[in-house]
Amino acid sequence: MEACPLRKPILTLDFQEIIVLKIKNLKSMPANLLAIFISMVMFVPIYLLIVNSLKDEFQARAMGAELPTSIHLENYSTVIEQGKLGVAFVNSLLYATGATILVVLFSTTTAFALSRNRSPINRFLYFFIILGIAMPINYVTLTKVMQATHLINTVVGIIILYAATKIPFGVFLIYAFIESIPKEIDEAAIIDGCGPFTLFSTIIFPLLTPAWVTTAILSFLDFWSEFILPLYFLQSSAKWPMTLAVYNFFGMFEHKWNLVSADIVLTILPVIVVYLIGQRYIISGMTSGAVKG
Amino acid sequence: MIESVVGLKDLFRPTTGMLYFVFHDGKLKMKNKIYPFYFSVGAIILYSLFMVIPGLLGFYLSFTDWNRYSSEINFIGFQNFALIFSKQNYWHSISNTIIFTVVTIVLKTVIALMLALLLSKGLKRFFNFHRVVIYLPAIIPMIVVGIVFRSILHPATGALNEFLRGVGLDLLAQQWLTNPNLALYSVIGVDTWKGIGYIMVIMIAGLQVIPAEYYEAAQLDGANQWDEFWQITLPLLMPTLTVTTMLNLLYGLKVFDVVWVLTNGGPGYATETVYTVVFKEFSKGRYGVSTALSSLLFVIMSICGYWLIKMMHSKELET
Repeated sequence: MEACPLRKPILTLDFQEIIVLKIKNLKSMPANLLAIFISMVMFVPIYLLIVNSLKDEFQARAMGAELPTSIHLENYSTVIEQGKLGVAFVNSLLYATGATILVVLFSTTTAFALSRNRSPINRFLYFFIILGIAMPINYVTLTKVMQATHLINTVVGIIILYAATKIPFGVFLIYAFIESIPKEIDEAAIIDGCGPFTLFSTIIFPLLTPAWVTTAILSFLDFWSEFILPLYFLQSSAKWPMTLAVYNFFGMFEHKWNLVSADIVLTILPVIVVYLIGQRYIISGMTSGAVKG
Repeated sequence: MIESVVGLKDLFRPTTGMLYFVFHDGKLKMKNKIYPFYFSVGAIILYSLFMVIPGLLGFYLSFTDWNRYSSEINFIGFQNFALIFSKQNYWHSISNTIIFTVVTIVLKTVIALMLALLLSKGLKRFFNFHRVVIYLPAIIPMIVVGIVFRSILHPATGALNEFLRGVGLDLLAQQWLTNPNLALYSVIGVDTWKGIGYIMVIMIAGLQVIPAEYYEAAQLDGANQWDEFWQITLPLLMPTLTVTTMLNLLYGLKVFDVVWVLTNGGPGYATETVYTVVFKEFSKGRYGVSTALSSLLFVIMSICGYWLIKMMHSKELET
C-alpha cells in the first residue's frame, strides 16, 4: 500500500495543533468553570422545585436541596384534584392558543399589506401600531372598554385582549421579514390569476413560516405567563388560567411546599417543552430588530 | 420579464390588465387591490380599542372623581395629581419605581455584558448549552419565580440564608423580604436573576456582528484584551446597549408581578410601585386616582417608546 504523500505533514501539524489546543483549553478552564457555576445558579430554583415536588410535607418544609428520602409521586395527583389544576390548565391552553392564532393571523396580514404598499398613510399606521410595543396598558380605563363591549369576565374577551397586547410586536417582527420576500413572487401570482386572498394564503403565508413561528412561540410563552390581565378581568375562579390558580393555591397551601412545588412544575412544564423545542426561533426573534449591526 | 408576458391582448383581461397598471403606472388604487386595506383593519381595530383608546380615555378620566360608589363622574381638575404628589404612599410608589428601574438597568446591563463576553469569547465548547440554561428563567412565569424565591429568601429556613450560615457568613443572613430597607433590593435581585438571560442573548447577537478583522488588526498593533474591550467592543456595541437599556427601562417602569408575589408592596409601603398602587386603588374602587397614576406612566412610556422606535428605525436606514 502506498502512503499518501500528504499524510505526514498533516499528521505533524495535527500534533502541534493538539498541543496548542490543549494549552488553549487550559486557558479557557476558568471561563468554563465560571460558566458552569453561573448556569447552576440559574438552574437552582428549577432543581429545588423538582426535588421538593417529590418529597413528603415534612421533608419539603424548608424547600431544601437534598434529594427526597422517598419518592412521593402522589403529590401530583393531590395537586391536580385539590388545586382544580385540570380546569386551569385547559383555560391557559385555550387562552394562549386562541390568542396566539389571532396574533399570527392579524400580524401577518397587517404586516403584509403595510409592508408591500408603503403609502404615507400605511407608513403612519405601521408606526402607530408598533408604538404599542412600548405603550403601557391603562387597566383601569380598559375595564370601561371591556364593559362597553360586554367582554369583561368572558373567555372570548380575555383571548381578544391577550391578542391585542401582542399584535404590535408581531407586526414589527413580520414586517421586517416580508422585505426579504421578493415582490416578483406577488407579480407572478397575480399574472397567474391569484386574488389577494389566494396570494396571501397559498404563497406568502407559507414563505413567512420562520417569522410567524417565532411570533407564535414568543406570544404563546408570554400568554402562558400572563398574570395581570386575568387578575383584572376574570372574576370567576372557574375561568382562571394556571398563573392565577397557582398563586391562589400558594395562598391556601403556603406551608405545604411539596404540593406547591408539584403545582409549579406542572405549570412550567409546557413552557419549558415549548422553549426547548423552539429555542432557535426564540433567540432569533429576541434578537431581530434589537440588533441590526 | 413582465413586458414579455403582457401582450396588448392581455391588457383587456382583468387580472393581467390590473397588474400592468400596478407595476407600470404605479397607480395606488390598483396597488390597494393586491394589498387590500382590509388586511390590516382587524389588527388596527383590536389594537386601538384595547390599548390606545383606554390610554386616551385615561387622560380625561384622570381629571374626574370617577369611582365605584357613584354613577356620576365629575370634573375635579388637578386634584388627583395633587393627591399623588402630596400623599406619601403614592409618592413612594413613584420613587420606588424609579429606583427599581435605574438599579435593574445598571445590574442587568453590567452582568449580562460580562456573561455575553464570557460565553462568546471565553468558551470553546458548550456555548449553546450555557446560553439555553441562562435564558431559561426568562421564559418561566414571574409569578412562579416569585413563589420559589419566597421560599429561597425565607429568613429562617430559606436556602439562601442556610447557604450563608453554612459557609460561615452568618452576618450576611438577612430578613430579605421583611426588612423595609432591604426588601426593594431583594425584589430587584430576583428580577435581575430572571431578566439577565434575555439581555445577554441580545448582547451576544450584538457581539457576533462586530467584524473579527477589527480584533485581528488591534492584536497586530499590540492591543491587549482590556484595550480591545474599551476601544472596539464597547463603542461598537453601543447601539445594542442603547436598545437593551430602553427595553429594561420600559420593563422596569411597568413592573408589577414580581413585587406583587414577593412582597405585595410591603412591608408598609417599602416596595410599592406605580402598578401595584394602581391595582390597589382600583380594588378599593378609587378609579380616578388609579387612572391618573396610569396616565402619568402612559405619557412617560409613550415618549420613551417613540424614541426607541425612532432609534431602531434610523439604524435600519444605515444598514
